[in-house]
Amino acid sequence: MITSTLENVPGRTITQHLGIVQGSTVRAKNIGRDIAASFKNIVGGELKGYSELLGESRKEAFERMIQQAEAKGANAVLNVRFTTSSVAQGASEILAYGSAVVVE
Amino acid sequence: MEYLAELWQILLVVLLLVLGYGFGRLAERRHYRSILRREDAFGDLIVVCSKTLPESAGAPATRLVMGSVVISVDYFKRFVAHLRMLFGGRVHTYESLLDRARREALLRMQAEAKALGAAMIFNTRFETSSISKGQDKSVGSVEVLAYGTAVIP
Repeated sequence: MITSTLENVPGRTITQHLGIVQGSTVRAKNIGRDIAASFKNIVGGELKGYSELLGESRKEAFERMIQQAEAKGANAVLNVRFTTSSVAQGASEILAYGSAVVVE
Repeated sequence: MEYLAELWQILLVVLLLVLGYGFGRLAERRHYRSILRREDAFGDLIVVCSKTLPESAGAPATRLVMGSVVISVDYFKRFVAHLRMLFGGRVHTYESLLDRARREALLRMQAEAKALGAAMIFNTRFETSSISKGQDKSVGSVEVLAYGTAVIP
């Protein structure tokens, strides 16, 4: 599976467009619960735990997108984009989407 | 007794401000030093926002790479930002926070690309979201994601 933020795969031609594929996860984030994080809120700096948490959620959203593309019979997902939107207080949705295509 | 309790609360805020100012400044300076050092090290890896590869590139392998970071602002800076929000205008204290976060995310993406043996990164995008619009609805920390396509010759 080729994934890319470009609109084409260099040196290869797209033979079939299979439409948009997407994957998402919704995570609740509560900084107040975490002692280390609330300490960091005073002195500033990177919140490593949250970096990892969000990295994992994004990976999961990405994997779901790939699964959907595989189910459609694609061998590449092009023009991949990530967005984050908050659906409720303290919860946010991570979405990955792109267009599934078949390349030679 | 009530007077004492109030005095204690004021003292606590002052203490947090001093702690935030001191450690926040220290952390920021250390972070900027590390950012500058790594930016020098990754100088040969070209990062661009253009969507198409030049003709001369041929047909290299491409891979999606990304880097993200969550950075929290310190108590002092948040306090200053709150004051600024009363009058409006530039919030300098958040500007440096976002600058650090963006550059750090970019560097992490570059590190991933470098590990793959990439020479260039195309169509780089940034994505910013704020975390913990907590009890006081203030921006506590931001997450920045940088992603793009690594071109491996």
